[in-house]
Amino acid sequence: MARRYTSDLSWKDVTPKSVFLNRRQILAGSAAMFGAGLFAADAQAQEALVPNSFEDITSYNNYYEFGTRKEDPARFAHMLTTQPWSIVIDGMVDNPGTYSFEQIVEGMTIEERIYRFRCVEAWSMVIPWNGFELADLLDRVGVQEGARYVAFETAFRPNEMPGVRLPVLDWPYREGLRLDEAMHPLTILATGLYGDAMPNQNGAPIRLVVPWKYGFKSIKSIVRITLTDTEPYASWNAAQPNEYGFYSNVNPNVDHPRWSQATERRIGGGLFAGRIPTLMFNGYETEVASLYEGMDLAAFF
Amino acid sequence: MRGWISRPSSKATVSAIAASLVARGNAVLRRVPAWLLYIVGVGWAVWLFWLAANGGLGVEPIEALEHRYGKLALQLIVIGLAITPLRRGIGLNLMPFRRALGLLAFFYVTAHLMVWAVLDVQTLAAIWADIVKRPYVTIGMASFLLLLPLAATSNDLALRRLGAIRWRRLHRLVYPAAILGAVHYIWLAKGLQLEPLAYFIIISALLALRIRTRSARVAVR
Repeated sequence: MARRYTSDLSWKDVTPKSVFLNRRQILAGSAAMFGAGLFAADAQAQEALVPNSFEDITSYNNYYEFGTRKEDPARFAHMLTTQPWSIVIDGMVDNPGTYSFEQIVEGMTIEERIYRFRCVEAWSMVIPWNGFELADLLDRVGVQEGARYVAFETAFRPNEMPGVRLPVLDWPYREGLRLDEAMHPLTILATGLYGDAMPNQNGAPIRLVVPWKYGFKSIKSIVRITLTDTEPYASWNAAQPNEYGFYSNVNPNVDHPRWSQATERRIGGGLFAGRIPTLMFNGYETEVASLYEGMDLAAFF
Repeated sequence: MRGWISRPSSKATVSAIAASLVARGNAVLRRVPAWLLYIVGVGWAVWLFWLAANGGLGVEPIEALEHRYGKLALQLIVIGLAITPLRRGIGLNLMPFRRALGLLAFFYVTAHLMVWAVLDVQTLAAIWADIVKRPYVTIGMASFLLLLPLAATSNDLALRRLGAIRWRRLHRLVYPAAILGAVHYIWLAKGLQLEPLAYFIIISALLALRIRTRSARVAVR
């Protein structure tokens, strides 16, 4: 169980808490030197995967159920009740049912996964998640033959989510993966970050993390997982199909109709940090490229 | 005896109170020098830049500063467009500040553009690619270009040289510039968002008021 994918980085590579709180100032200072040295530092950051500070990760979020501004989730997500929590697992599985959060994490190997996180809006972070492979949960509930996709759904609670009063999207938020993507060892269900329980604004108590896809595929605060044989509804894809594809793999060569995806801005670099090049499949090309062999990635974006 | 206190319930009394409020407002406004607006306006931009450079605008200061400057420009344009309807409608006189507000709006549009070009996109090739390929950038640039001649002629000398009629006709370019600015804001938002739409509706309403009063004046004639 688990450990099919082993990150070459571990907790000792994660910046200690006392240091990461100050890291932004240090970065801002080095960035102020400007010019060529700056880009060298950025390239290094892309390679070395220096995790963003806890403040970066928890104060700059897209979680439209709490409002469309980046600071809204940090301000309002405390309203969400995350205990008790349960997930309905249904569709083409051997053991459908309503599972409590405790039942789901019981016996799972919680690992650290330091992943790049690339938003479709062309900003990025590096996040030290804690979680387990989705494949382990799917194996436990028993995927039936013929199932080809996994559908996910976020909680919809008008009393606890001020953002859902506006029809920004067709609530509840829904996302989906092809079964082989869901079973891939890089795909995790995350229950925390930096060693602590998942903060509400990051999708507590349990969220999906698919590091080679744009961030909106990594659905938060999951209440339903459904195995199906047809391509499931995906909220952004349904809202603007020409802008957000079902696959939404990070791809610097396929631009969003309204902006370029060739570069990204790593959060936390301060006012004078430049952009860094976006990597194919967000830097996980060796791990996942085989999933899309023979597919035209410009057509299936 | 009862009823010796006049109660402000009748329509006439209410409008009298409103008129006296407007008069008092005008009296206060007469004492405000226009140069104060330039100092406050430019000072605020500098303050925001300082905040952004020192972590005061959150963890993504480039985007924050870009958006703050852009939104302030739009707000100043809305105030500028409201001046004439306010004067015609309720007699509030903001005319002495119109030039300062217009020039400050241009200043913020320029600051917004500079943050985008210098701190955000950074390379000339990428700037040009964005202008040509991204419709919301294209119309943002168009709006800026429409405002350029207005800023250049916002002085007494230009007004005298052009003559009042031609000057006024030229400065109607602010109408399309405002609409393009609002569309620019709507276009860059992800999903259906309320705030950009609100700006578009307010600007459209302020422009519609002008069409109505103009046709009304033509009808009277």
